[in-house]
Amino acid sequence: MKVEQISIFLENKPGGLEYVTRVLKNANINIRALSLADTSDFGILRLIVNDTERAEKSLQDEGFTVRRSFVVAVEIPDRPGGLHSIVETLSRKGINIEYTYAFVERSGENAIIIFRFDRTEEAIAALQENGFVILPGKKIYSL
Amino acid sequence: MIFDEEFETLPREALEALQLKRLQQVAERVYHTVGFYRNAFDEAGVTPDDIKTLDDIRRLPFTTKKDLQDNYPFGLFAVPMGNVIRLHASSGTTGKPTVVGYTKRDIDTWSVLMARSFVASGLTRNDIIHNAYGYGLFTGGLGAHYGAERLGASVIPMSGGSTKKQILILQDFGPTAICCTPSYALYLAEQGEEMGVDMKSLRLRVGILGAEPWSEQMREEIEERLGITALDIYGLSEIIGPGVAIECKEGRSGLHVFEDHFIVEAINPATGSPVKNGEIGELVFTTLTKEAFPLIRYRTRDLSKLVRTPCRCGRTLTRMARVSGRSDDMLIIRGVNVFPSQIESVLLGIEGLEPHYQLIVEREGTLDTLEIRVEVSEKIFSDQVRGLQQIERRITKDIKDYLGVTAAVKLVEAKTLERFEGKAQRVIDKRRI
Repeated sequence: MKVEQISIFLENKPGGLEYVTRVLKNANINIRALSLADTSDFGILRLIVNDTERAEKSLQDEGFTVRRSFVVAVEIPDRPGGLHSIVETLSRKGINIEYTYAFVERSGENAIIIFRFDRTEEAIAALQENGFVILPGKKIYSL
Repeated sequence: MIFDEEFETLPREALEALQLKRLQQVAERVYHTVGFYRNAFDEAGVTPDDIKTLDDIRRLPFTTKKDLQDNYPFGLFAVPMGNVIRLHASSGTTGKPTVVGYTKRDIDTWSVLMARSFVASGLTRNDIIHNAYGYGLFTGGLGAHYGAERLGASVIPMSGGSTKKQILILQDFGPTAICCTPSYALYLAEQGEEMGVDMKSLRLRVGILGAEPWSEQMREEIEERLGITALDIYGLSEIIGPGVAIECKEGRSGLHVFEDHFIVEAINPATGSPVKNGEIGELVFTTLTKEAFPLIRYRTRDLSKLVRTPCRCGRTLTRMARVSGRSDDMLIIRGVNVFPSQIESVLLGIEGLEPHYQLIVEREGTLDTLEIRVEVSEKIFSDQVRGLQQIERRITKDIKDYLGVTAAVKLVEAKTLERFEGKAQRVIDKRRI
């Protein structure tokens, strides 16, 4: 039930992101979702793509420092209070969210929230118990 | 004024005769009391009896910083510990410091040399000396302190740091002289101005500045902003500490080496042979009178040139020009000696870090800054910002703990720092000194 994400280390300097997107474009990789965490010196670009393995390899070949990790994708109705209900469930269980980012499905009815937890398996169990829809990786890669 | 008129103005012939006698004595003494020197002399095929003239010093082997490290901590001491009354230390090229020891007479000699230095700078017993050199293992603080007391001046044992308090004391106690590094003198000027203090109207009139390289332009700026005469003092803990050589106020052109206690040579660092008179070479010192920690032909790695012409102050002592650089990669950052190899060993002590790094030294305003650029490898990289920030903090902390300097850490992309075949140039020194 987990989704594989790749993270890329970027220095904060002009052209950094452009280089990554160019490598991915040349490798014909499609980006499904992304988030960029930044500090004053560096950033971490996190991507979910249609072909994780190939994306990782193309970036590594270009000298990027890349790391794979697992995140959880949860589908919720795109309406007020949608995110709150998930966070409330996790909070009750004392599960920490390391970071999160969201995107809206093309049909526009549902939103997909990507979570990185400190205790991934427990989080998945808690969400499923409470009836949330967790999307498998395959579904996200091919959206 | 001259503190030790007799010794500081000896005719060259008499001075050289005294040096020869003392050189023969120290060679004899280290040969019989320090195992390291017995081996080194034997290997070089020389005995103390071979020293018939001063030029024969060239037959003696050099001593290097590595020899000091190999004999850490007390292996080169020439007296039993019972006779050692003080220990000091400075940074070595690896994790271990360089340790030096003093007998009661060594402390006495050192105090006299510092008193001579103060008098050469125009000070008398009526002066108040603000001593902002660090007190502790560093020789600067206590060396200047004892010299000031020997002169009979009033010494304020300020040590380093607490800049605002220093400025308060400069205003209220009215010291007439200050001892510190040149960059700290400028920093005091800058901070004082920022606090709205008219730094030129203080009673300060002389600065005895050293422990790091500086330039004529920097001297002019210090003199202008503090309204003082700034003089250069030279020394290194291995030889005795500050007070090996001092610029006189009358000449202000080169530093007089106290040759009745030290023999100074300038050599070609690559070949070890003497450079021609007036050419830049690496300074090599032999201690003539030190008891606890005598050194034969110690290679300082400091580059300078020797001037043997007479000085208008009346001293007959050889002068060394302001130190113009190093023949190794040692950096002096805010008065602290730092070797890139020390930084490398700290980095490699942190799991997952690779030895791809670069050091950027700059001078921001008046203070030196050190930035360490480290490549991010897959071993330390994670998808979380926190993990990388922890690495940054760990590096800063370890560098501070082991080396005593504050460094800014910048993580950079893998394989973006230059790779070297052969000797790496890891240091970019942007300071214009």
